[in-house]
Amino acid sequence: KFLFVCFPQAKYISQCIDEIKQELKQDNIAVKANAVCKLTYLQMLGYDISWAAFNIIEVMSASKFTFKRIGYLAASQCFHEGTDVIMLTTNQIRKDLSSPNQYDTGVALTGLSCFVTPDLARDLANDIMTLMSHTKPYIRKKAVLIMYKVFLKYPESLRPAFPRLKEKLEDPDPGVQSAAVNVICELARRNPKNYLSLAPLFFKLMTSSTNNWVLIKIIKLFGALTPLEPRLGKKLIEPLTNLIHSTSAMSLLYECVNTVIAVSMTWSFFQLCVQKLRILIEDSDQNLKYLGLLAMSKILKTHPKSVQSHKDLILQCLDDKDESIRLRALDLLYGMVSKKNLMEIVKKLMIHVDKAEGTTYRDELLTKIIDICSQSNYQYITNFEWYISILVELTRLEGTRHGHLIAAQMLDVAIRVKAIRKFAVSQMAMLLDNAHLIASNTQRNGICEVLYAAAWICGEFSEHLEEANQTLEAMLRPKVTTLPGHIQAVYVQNMVKLYASILQQKEQSGEKEAAQEITQLMIERLPQFVQSADLEVQERASCILQLIKYIQKLQIKEVPVAEEVIALFAGELNPVAPKAQKKVPVPEGLDLDAWINEPPSDSESEDEKPKTIFHDEEQRHSRHRQPEIDEEELARRREARKQEQANNPFYIKSSPSPQKRYQDTPGVEHIPVVQIDLSVPLKVPGMPMSDQYVKLEEERRHKQKLEKDKKKKKQKKEKRGKHHRHNSLHTESEEDIAPAHHVDIITEEMPENALPSDEDDKDPNDPYKALDIDLDKPLADSEKLPVQRHRNVETLKSPDSEAPLVEKKSKKPKKKEKKHKEKERDKGKKKEKEKKVIEEEEEKKVILQDLHYKSSKHKKKKHKKEKEEKSKDKKKSKKKSHHSEEETTESVQNGTLDDEPLPVSSCALAALALGEGRSQTTYDIQGNLQNDSQVTVSVIFENKSTSFLKSMELNVLDSLNTKMLRPEGSSVHDGIPVPFQLPPGISNEAQFVFTLQSIVMAQKLKGTLSFIVKNDEGSTHEKLDFKLHFSCASYLITTPCYSDAFAKLLESGDLHMSSIKVDGISISFQHLLAKICFHHHFSVVERVDSCASMYSRSIQGHHVCLLVKKGENSVSIDGKCNDSTLLSNLLDEMKETLSKC
Amino acid sequence: GCLRQQTWKIHFILLFSRQGKLRLQKWYTTLPDKEKKKIIREIVQIILSRNQKTSSFVDWKDLKLVYKRYASLYFCCAIEDQDNELLTLEVVHRYVELLDRYFGNVCELDIIFNFEKAYFILDEFIIGGEVQETSKRSAVKAIEDSDMLQETVEEYMNKPAF
Repeated sequence: KFLFVCFPQAKYISQCIDEIKQELKQDNIAVKANAVCKLTYLQMLGYDISWAAFNIIEVMSASKFTFKRIGYLAASQCFHEGTDVIMLTTNQIRKDLSSPNQYDTGVALTGLSCFVTPDLARDLANDIMTLMSHTKPYIRKKAVLIMYKVFLKYPESLRPAFPRLKEKLEDPDPGVQSAAVNVICELARRNPKNYLSLAPLFFKLMTSSTNNWVLIKIIKLFGALTPLEPRLGKKLIEPLTNLIHSTSAMSLLYECVNTVIAVSMTWSFFQLCVQKLRILIEDSDQNLKYLGLLAMSKILKTHPKSVQSHKDLILQCLDDKDESIRLRALDLLYGMVSKKNLMEIVKKLMIHVDKAEGTTYRDELLTKIIDICSQSNYQYITNFEWYISILVELTRLEGTRHGHLIAAQMLDVAIRVKAIRKFAVSQMAMLLDNAHLIASNTQRNGICEVLYAAAWICGEFSEHLEEANQTLEAMLRPKVTTLPGHIQAVYVQNMVKLYASILQQKEQSGEKEAAQEITQLMIERLPQFVQSADLEVQERASCILQLIKYIQKLQIKEVPVAEEVIALFAGELNPVAPKAQKKVPVPEGLDLDAWINEPPSDSESEDEKPKTIFHDEEQRHSRHRQPEIDEEELARRREARKQEQANNPFYIKSSPSPQKRYQDTPGVEHIPVVQIDLSVPLKVPGMPMSDQYVKLEEERRHKQKLEKDKKKKKQKKEKRGKHHRHNSLHTESEEDIAPAHHVDIITEEMPENALPSDEDDKDPNDPYKALDIDLDKPLADSEKLPVQRHRNVETLKSPDSEAPLVEKKSKKPKKKEKKHKEKERDKGKKKEKEKKVIEEEEEKKVILQDLHYKSSKHKKKKHKKEKEEKSKDKKKSKKKSHHSEEETTESVQNGTLDDEPLPVSSCALAALALGEGRSQTTYDIQGNLQNDSQVTVSVIFENKSTSFLKSMELNVLDSLNTKMLRPEGSSVHDGIPVPFQLPPGISNEAQFVFTLQSIVMAQKLKGTLSFIVKNDEGSTHEKLDFKLHFSCASYLITTPCYSDAFAKLLESGDLHMSSIKVDGISISFQHLLAKICFHHHFSVVERVDSCASMYSRSIQGHHVCLLVKKGENSVSIDGKCNDSTLLSNLLDEMKETLSKC
Repeated sequence: GCLRQQTWKIHFILLFSRQGKLRLQKWYTTLPDKEKKKIIREIVQIILSRNQKTSSFVDWKDLKLVYKRYASLYFCCAIEDQDNELLTLEVVHRYVELLDRYFGNVCELDIIFNFEKAYFILDEFIIGGEVQETSKRSAVKAIEDSDMLQETVEEYMNKPAF
């Protein structure tokens, strides 16, 4: 063995194989097994061993476990669906599955997981299902997992086997339980809608399990279920928050965050996740950094704002030594740009372009810059002059393969943004003038491609050219003939356009001689193109040469020609959408597939396809040739660029026209203009620096903002307080930034009656589609699994396996009866379970909204009565409830109708029932981060009646300390209208802002909601009383704190101290911490055994530090805080929470 | 593509040395041998060419590769897009721990000489691409118990040496 490991040479191997073949021929099973073992090794080295399949089966059927194991290993490594001998194994496997030795069974199951075929799955499904109830958990666990493979190969087995699989979710053995969770989660991920009914069960598992592997699976499952049942999202908030705060396993944290991202929860929850991600990205571990960025990019799609505030961090990642992290960060930047930060981000990227080593990464940066700027129709560009300058700066990149991309952008912008043409033309003229710098790289798609764009723009929009003569001369330089053919062709075509406009200009001003001179120049220089080897160039040049010679003749006769020459290029070119051609509807009766002429025998060459300009199709043809620039030239250019950058940070180019424009711009006099030192050789004269635009833009925006603020202040005085919702948005909003000049972006043209988009791609070959099976439907007779009677099977059946399937084997009439009974029993069980769930949820004060039932008249009466009596024995009724459906609702409502309302927190949703079954409201108090004396209360109104509710108005009796923020001019007796109406069964959310002076004490406010009930019988005006409880905890904002900062805080010594002790605590320490985190907005700083330090911060900046210690049956909490009253109130609230545990 | 067929969770696990020599391959998806060889060659090359300081994740076709180097051996798993990379790293690490427990300070040579044991341990830990035993203790116990079965079998002593 050692030898062939070290010298696996072909000769040696073939010798080995000969030896093995001899060994296989022997009768000794031990020798055979050894030979098969060697074969398995050879298989791994890449040798074909399928010829030994039969020998492998022989070894599989050995009676000794040692050999059997080797046989199964070999089979699992080399058998597959195409192995024909595999069908011979069916009986052997069945025998092993029912072996009294659990390891025989185990090894057969493991093997099956690798090579199960549809036939094996069908024949063995029943045996494996039976094993799911085996007495040994070792077997049950494996059987449950293999069942998934069986389902995939034989989908008919899913329904009959599912009830037992579900049972295994509550198996006493945690391994089996986790296997069942795995399988069901895997099934449900593919077809979630069939598994919605299991949500309560999984919810229970999630809150009780401590196994991270299981938790991850369940969380993933909820990620798949929540889009189908949005109400689940609310229920998940508490357990997910607990996990996020308490877990030390990064994988679990990452899964929670990913799920939160996928199911879109509340804003505050998102913030929490982004905070956690920030910690990941800041970690020194490359893996965490990478995943943090990956998750950020997912958040970006739904909540771009929450990511944008971490721009600094992401820009930092561009400096990372790991390229994969840099690329991730680039991806993120793409989605993060806004009008406000585009220039800044691109500026940073340009710096990276300069620094980048290796063309691959630099090219990646280049494409990203262009993607970022051009995304959604240049949505974020406020200043196109800046963008053109960026594009021009990018032309200085050496060795790039994306010259074409830059060219396409230049063309696109120049064509579609009319206002920018003048500027674009001047810049392009400069490029043409400096063509010698660019033209040295003549490879395809190299930077010289930009000359294509430059020539075309200068020609097409020649009316904007200041120095047309100079540009024309630049285009006629001999060096041009070294450019690629397609670029020369554009040169030739566009120099005529230029010529035409110069001609017209000269004629109009009566400069006949100048007009003749320019014609002469053309006639002198054009022949160099006529000699071109490129057919296109040659043809165009000779055509044009003849035309111009004719013009010259006319000019000599003093005939005015300019009008006619100009007419050659009359008309505007409009941009056409890339998909326009595809969308043209096919006229009736036209068969596009029919031949017009029979095709010639040899097809045309690919190269002659016409070039498209607005398509990036070109890139696919790009050849990865290395640029051919000699070292000297490279060094020279590098030096030139360096010098320019060093000496000339605010260099404003020499061309007079744009400078004039800047002087018109407000605030330009503040920009320090560095005088150009003429002794410094400027190799790239006239190149603009995009940076100056950044400065200009900042000034412009600042000015704009000042003006706006003035206006705002005026407005504010007029209507203060009307905009609760927007109060938290402190940042300058996107829409506030007006573009520098009015820009009209021409949209791309589409054909009339364009076809609707034809994107429809669902994979019809999805293997999981077969498993999209309704599992709640009762089993039909035809669905039983095929059972092959075999004595082994019979003997192994464990006594408790009386699943419907086994029963089905009995006689027919009995079957139906029993089944019916079972169904009933099942239903009973279900009800019981649901009830349990209700009880549990009730305890946690979380609304499980789907368990509220529609209001009945009976209920209404009951409530009215209760209300009149203002009964104080509600607590009693709460205890005896849970027995009927109606009382369930009642008990939930009780919690808040009580004279002592529930404490509310910014995350926990407490029920606020507005009685009479008409409307259900839930509220949530959220400290306002931007304002230390405001909290926002979000109230969810849910109409549970069958009537229409409208004209809702919410009013609160203000206290001295806490006041509802009302619109200017309204009195304290005026309510605030709820900005919507509620049709039956609909819920909606409104926010109300409260101002408070002190936050050290809890507050209770009485309030009334008045509304009009409209139904068939007419409309009535009704009122509901409620109480809002502002607990001290609701003024706290979960703030993470590092342990060193925490220690410093405690050392500082200016904190007051207080402690509590609660006895009779039975829940686990972790659970307890989670409760404090969740209900009281703390985060764990450090945890050692049964002792933990926690931290939180109030909206007014109080630090609150806790030391929580758990004893045998008690827990003690020492607290420190800047304010002693706040601390003692907080501790009291905590005491109340904990005493309920 | 074809990789999506009939699979779940981990698609395959590869162990290979720094020199690119394959030490273990386990496929939880059925593919023709030719295809497997191609994939192995491609992946080994991708991973060996990566800088040591980079992250452990590579996007590859429509899958993600999660790998980690332990001494001279690379452990590499291919997982699906929605799967948890960190958990997969934990799976790899757990496997290494199991090998370590079984062989006692495992090294590449252990896996070469007892390659079938390495497979048995893997099979006890992962089945059909899914982690079957989350408890380290029970996983090791199952391996040891079935080994006990092997050690006590008389024939084992007579087994011809390799």
